[in-house]
Amino acid sequence: MNATRREALKAGGGAGLLALLAAAGVLRPGMARAADWNKQAFEQKTVAEALRALGAQSPASSDAILIKAPEIAENGAVVPIAIESKLPGTQTITLLIEKNPQPLAASFGIPAGTEANVSTRVKMGQSSDVYALVQAGGKYYVTKKEIKITLGGCGG
Amino acid sequence: MADPMRIRAFARDGMVNVKVLMSHEMETGQRKDASGKLVPPHFIQNVSATHQGRTVLQAQWGPAVSKNPFLEFNFKGGQKGDKIVVTWEDNKGEKRTDEATIN
Repeated sequence: MNATRREALKAGGGAGLLALLAAAGVLRPGMARAADWNKQAFEQKTVAEALRALGAQSPASSDAILIKAPEIAENGAVVPIAIESKLPGTQTITLLIEKNPQPLAASFGIPAGTEANVSTRVKMGQSSDVYALVQAGGKYYVTKKEIKITLGGCGG
Repeated sequence: MADPMRIRAFARDGMVNVKVLMSHEMETGQRKDASGKLVPPHFIQNVSATHQGRTVLQAQWGPAVSKNPFLEFNFKGGQKGDKIVVTWEDNKGEKRTDEATIN
């Protein structure tokens, strides 16, 4: 795999590199095919373990990632969260919720031409830090924000 | 078969804004029913959106995504009248594909 990776890196930038990395299985989470749901990463119980399973052990802190979410969410069953990355060459955006039973909540693959800005709604069991992990130019960056929950959303 | 998605796509300033509302329980597998038995997990795992055969967004979800999931994103290169196609697949292998015309 290392040899393939080297070739992929040699082959150079842009979409071609992305496709080659994906083909070589280097690009994680496995966004190349729909069937590649990253079971291992989704089943981890802590943020650190999930990051490791994603291949992003020690992401650099970045203020070029914005988490747009309420400071206080009344209903933990439906917490609106938008993540925007201003990092050039953003490839994936991943959302982790520290105090959920399984922190990894969602991961988005951003092809060239799509804005690195996605919105969704998630469940939060209790007040927690949420992490936005961004893969850009083959490196991982992270930022976090605390969201307080009045009514938990994992019980029902 | 799950209910159809509601997809809205609007072109403005060279970008297409896409909003999708899916119909799905998104059962976490942590919840117990009235008799105290765990309700098995049932949630969307993979989502993809394509514009004229080109993928414009992919997503992998865990059970933490809310019931009846909402998704919003923006992409370049779409024209009014083009089709946008969204597909999801859940952990039981159920799939649903819907399309919408960009306004």
